[in-house]
Amino acid sequence: MALSHDVLVVGAGLAGMRAALAAQAAGADVAIVTKVYPVRSHSNAAQGGINAALNPEDSWESHAYDTVKGSDYLGDQDAIEILAREAPGAIVELERMGVVFNRDEHGRLGSRNFGGASHARTYFVGDFTGQAILHVLYEQLVKSGIRTYNEHFCSQLLADGGGAVAGVTAFDMRSGEVLQIGARAVVLCTGGIGRVFEPSTNALICTGDGSALAYRAGAPLMDMEMVQFHPTTLKSNGALISESARGEGGYLLNSEGERFMKKTAPNAMELASRDVVSRAAQIEINEGRGVDGCVLLDVRHLGAAKIMERLPQIRELGLEFAGADMITDPVPVLPGMHYQMGGIRTDVHGATPIAGLYAAGECACVSVHGGNRLGANSLLETVVFGRRAGAAAAEFASGRKAASLPESLRDDEERRLRTLVERPGTERTAALRLEMGTTMTRQVGVFRDEPTLRDAERKLALLRERFAGVSIGDKGRLFNQALVAALELDFMLDLARTVVAGAIARTESRGAHTRVDHPRRNDAEWLRHTLCHHTPDGPVVSTAPVTITQWEPTERKY
Amino acid sequence: MEVKLSVQRCHPDARPASWWQDYTVDVPEHATVLDALLAVRDDQDETLTLRCSCRSHICGSCTMRINGRSTLGCKTKLDAARARLREGEPIRIQPAGNMAVIKDLAVNLEGFFDKVKAVTPYLQPTGPEPEREYIVPNEAMLTVREAMACILCGACVSACNSLEAEPRFLGPAALAKAWRFTEDPRDGRDAERLEFLSSVPGGIWDCTHCFACVEVCPKDVRPMERILELRRRSMEAGFTDNNGSRHSQAFLDTISRSGRLDETRVAMRSVRGPSELLEWTPVGVKSFLRGKVPLRHKPIPGALRVKAIFAAAEAQGRRDSKRGAR
Repeated sequence: MALSHDVLVVGAGLAGMRAALAAQAAGADVAIVTKVYPVRSHSNAAQGGINAALNPEDSWESHAYDTVKGSDYLGDQDAIEILAREAPGAIVELERMGVVFNRDEHGRLGSRNFGGASHARTYFVGDFTGQAILHVLYEQLVKSGIRTYNEHFCSQLLADGGGAVAGVTAFDMRSGEVLQIGARAVVLCTGGIGRVFEPSTNALICTGDGSALAYRAGAPLMDMEMVQFHPTTLKSNGALISESARGEGGYLLNSEGERFMKKTAPNAMELASRDVVSRAAQIEINEGRGVDGCVLLDVRHLGAAKIMERLPQIRELGLEFAGADMITDPVPVLPGMHYQMGGIRTDVHGATPIAGLYAAGECACVSVHGGNRLGANSLLETVVFGRRAGAAAAEFASGRKAASLPESLRDDEERRLRTLVERPGTERTAALRLEMGTTMTRQVGVFRDEPTLRDAERKLALLRERFAGVSIGDKGRLFNQALVAALELDFMLDLARTVVAGAIARTESRGAHTRVDHPRRNDAEWLRHTLCHHTPDGPVVSTAPVTITQWEPTERKY
Repeated sequence: MEVKLSVQRCHPDARPASWWQDYTVDVPEHATVLDALLAVRDDQDETLTLRCSCRSHICGSCTMRINGRSTLGCKTKLDAARARLREGEPIRIQPAGNMAVIKDLAVNLEGFFDKVKAVTPYLQPTGPEPEREYIVPNEAMLTVREAMACILCGACVSACNSLEAEPRFLGPAALAKAWRFTEDPRDGRDAERLEFLSSVPGGIWDCTHCFACVEVCPKDVRPMERILELRRRSMEAGFTDNNGSRHSQAFLDTISRSGRLDETRVAMRSVRGPSELLEWTPVGVKSFLRGKVPLRHKPIPGALRVKAIFAAAEAQGRRDSKRGAR
């Protein structure tokens, strides 16, 4: 039986569920395809909070300006204005859905400080805000009755004769059955590309599937060189220690016990934006003032009671993976890959240049984060632009007839996957993935230069060739995770090359992208987005202007 | 360091369909059981199937039994898993319990999520919409948050003893979710929720309060305590026309009267009436033959003092509820 929906959302994290609910509210028949279950998404991991100028002393203009400045002026200001204006409504809506936000003494929503922000505008649920919101959106999803294709891996986008998106092929990982699902509009909400780097704070499912699908289908990827390195990750396994530790007043110390942020950000100190703090921490480590390759995060002065109420989960992480109890000891941390500011280029309605194809959340680049995302703006982006993309996709779908795709497309895909499983070879997925990840971390990290990037480019091209020799170690149909891992690596190899291509092209230092051979920001040439286009020979880079509405670029000081 | 694992494999297509397989892997000191299993899958055996994602116990994917205990692979350090084993004895890894295996450590989760869906798991406010957010005390949110910490990993369901006997039991995770709404001052459907939970087959009265879910929960949600509170609240709300609450009341009555449990009386008073009593006759006969239905029930020597304890507890309860009302 042919499956078909008005709107098909790929991914069931915050952006995906919000998009699906919005599309349904606009009257569309909606379904979600997810390679896990809705509550398993990496949105869970967002600890600190979600930003909005709700307080009467705050303003959306202030939130927008902080975001523009945080982005190092690479964010598109029309999109940022929308983000900041729609934030208060979005948070109140989440609260009414049932999110158990912390309150102030009057029972109203209570906020905390966060990096790069001029007001305490981060609303939160302890230190598991992402999980608390994700599970409430899941509750709303249950209420809506929207169909979810759980543990279905979306393996390709289907187009109609005119080049518009007309559906996907996906396989049920549990049974191996390949499905063809028709759709008048598809919304990609597949999250970040964290696993391109090793280590990364990102979950193992963050393999950028949607970004790669869109890229291959002809949608350009924008600003892929803008990779956020979070200042406080654990050395042992790359796990994230939330910015809320610093938001609540935590210090960063070097081996001499000095709060080294005073050198680079004397006003904001530890709460300067993440690119600034990560660079400062990496310099301490590189110049020999680190502790075992790390700097120290110290929250002891907050006291046990506050740590237990506001930071219980990260204390648990410190205990388990660093052997340090943050109540009594500082915990060693270092900058680690955390977030991809770049992604599938969309307009403020989530529309990509491909008709019928939409994107929202971390996989998309609207762009509200530009060169550097502020903490607690990512959860906000998922709900604001998830809603907009879902509504826009529903509207597009209502004005379009369903394409009639030949059923043979399903059979073709089944044959392609079977061939992949059965092909002979000597390479192993895990080995190639590790080489890719360590190359990216070593050569495309906090500090970059052209020769090192060129070398990474060559290594990635070689890995792409070697991928053809990967043999899949599971030949069965049921729950073939070896097949899934190979498909994910195939996607990630494409994405890694776009990160490097963007990094080579951008001959300046802006936001998270620091070129030691081009140490200055260069607005004359590079107040522009990079766009990566897919070709059989690898990515080709072009550029596009940044939208400026009311904030002219100036030097960034914290 | 070198670690030995023994994994209970299951491939429905293979013959035999289930077997134990040993692996030895070299992993760093701080590694978890999940890290070790991923090292096996990456480097030795790509057919080994397990769910995982976040590696920091927030996504709830890698639920499994480690040396018989239901837990998350990513929350169990290898050191801890080996602590009670003999020298050279492998760490035993099995799929989660109470759910059918699809392949290796991946179990069928559809039934688990169906039960979560069965408790009307979304906020149902009844009053007028506030202009902005609902105004509620932070303490109330902190209390609800205890259950919102649940990541739906299913470790509790895996360990649940009641589920083995009664597959319809909604289970600890779904009932902790249900509690979250009865506890939320923004929800207006407490009565409907409590009525459903106390009367549906597999509802709150099917918990045997064995503490297994409390013991294994990786997020300290303490599902059993939530279930006991749901029972108390449902009885207070007058939903007492069910065997569970009749049983509970009869239990109290016999002990307050004679100082010890009168099994015969409790059994007879727990059922709805003569027709249901008839249904239980075979069980009754069996119990009788094993000496579990004493015909004569004598109070214990200190029964009067037990009565005094009950009276004191009731008086204290009345004082507490008055204070609460103020």
